[in-house]
Amino acid sequence: MSLPKVHEIPIGGIITEPGSSRRNLTGGWRSLKPIIHDDRCIRCRICWMYCPEGTIKETKGEFVVKGRKYQYKYEIDYNYCKGCGICAHECPTKAIEMVPEA
Amino acid sequence: MTAAAAIQKAKAALALTSNYAVAYAVKAADVDVVAVYPITPQTTIVEKIAEFVDDGELNADLIHVESEHSAMSAVVGAAAAGARVFTATSSQGLELMHEVLHIASGLRLPVVMAVPARAISAPISIHGDYSDVMNTRDTGWITYIASSAQEVYDTVIQAYKVAETALLPVMVSYDGFLMSHTTEPVELNDEEAVRRFLPRRERPNVLRPEKPITMGAFAMPDWYYEIKYQVQEALASSLKTIEEVDAEYGKAFGRSYGIIQTTGWRTQTTP
Repeated sequence: MSLPKVHEIPIGGIITEPGSSRRNLTGGWRSLKPIIHDDRCIRCRICWMYCPEGTIKETKGEFVVKGRKYQYKYEIDYNYCKGCGICAHECPTKAIEMVPEA
Repeated sequence: MTAAAAIQKAKAALALTSNYAVAYAVKAADVDVVAVYPITPQTTIVEKIAEFVDDGELNADLIHVESEHSAMSAVVGAAAAGARVFTATSSQGLELMHEVLHIASGLRLPVVMAVPARAISAPISIHGDYSDVMNTRDTGWITYIASSAQEVYDTVIQAYKVAETALLPVMVSYDGFLMSHTTEPVELNDEEAVRRFLPRRERPNVLRPEKPITMGAFAMPDWYYEIKYQVQEALASSLKTIEEVDAEYGKAFGRSYGIIQTTGWRTQTTP
């Protein structure tokens, strides 16, 4: 990412257009990374509910895992996940594992 | 000068303390919001302004706050909303508002403040030295130090023009008690002329519901550095603005001071 030069920044560091926090990718703060083991996931949605940053993405579709059919799939948006581990802590089937960032 | 002209001039001059001179300048500048909190030797400034507001001579919102920290916060908020603002303090009060001084300069708000300088405790003292003002040196504020009640009056009016041009906060300082509470003759300007000298101008960093902006957002070091560099550049180039405003003021009202006034320095020798 290239930063604007000093004279291109609005005076006083004001933000003139909404939505700039989306461009601020906070995933770099993470030291532990949650990995969802899809075969153990029972689609209870508890991680989706508990994630304080809303980084659990729910996708609708037809998903077959080990012969079982599901209508949903859960993935993590690593651009914004800060690795707090709340999802792994709350998961009733221990389907989310926290692994150290490489 | 004819006798009639002399009488006219005498009529335009009032016997004022430097504190009252500030109040008259604030009235002439048609300030919108004044945050008031008492501290010696500043108090008589805001007392006089309160009197002007009560008498209907100044149409301003006078906000009674619970501390100097709140006083500076209130004028920062009002300036962010586009108002022309004023507050005043001294000594411990200036220390208490210290963190908000950085916010005023970082947000580039044209706050104007009067500071009759007073020593800092301990030991407690209400008398004049500049230890309070010196502590604000690196806050990003423009600091004037005036040496007479007349200069105080003229400088406060100039301060609004400089602040609104450079988009930086400006402090007008002078000796606590030695000036704040002693009386000198002060020639006052025609208030209409002062308002022509200080026209209301648009500035980019104003909160407006129809065009929302975010002020005071978080900045990581890469951005923080650039934004603080902007303030540093604005301060450096304000030197030219200060000289230009002083010259323009001199043209309009017949008094100007330059950046530095010296006395007898040409005759000094280095030992």
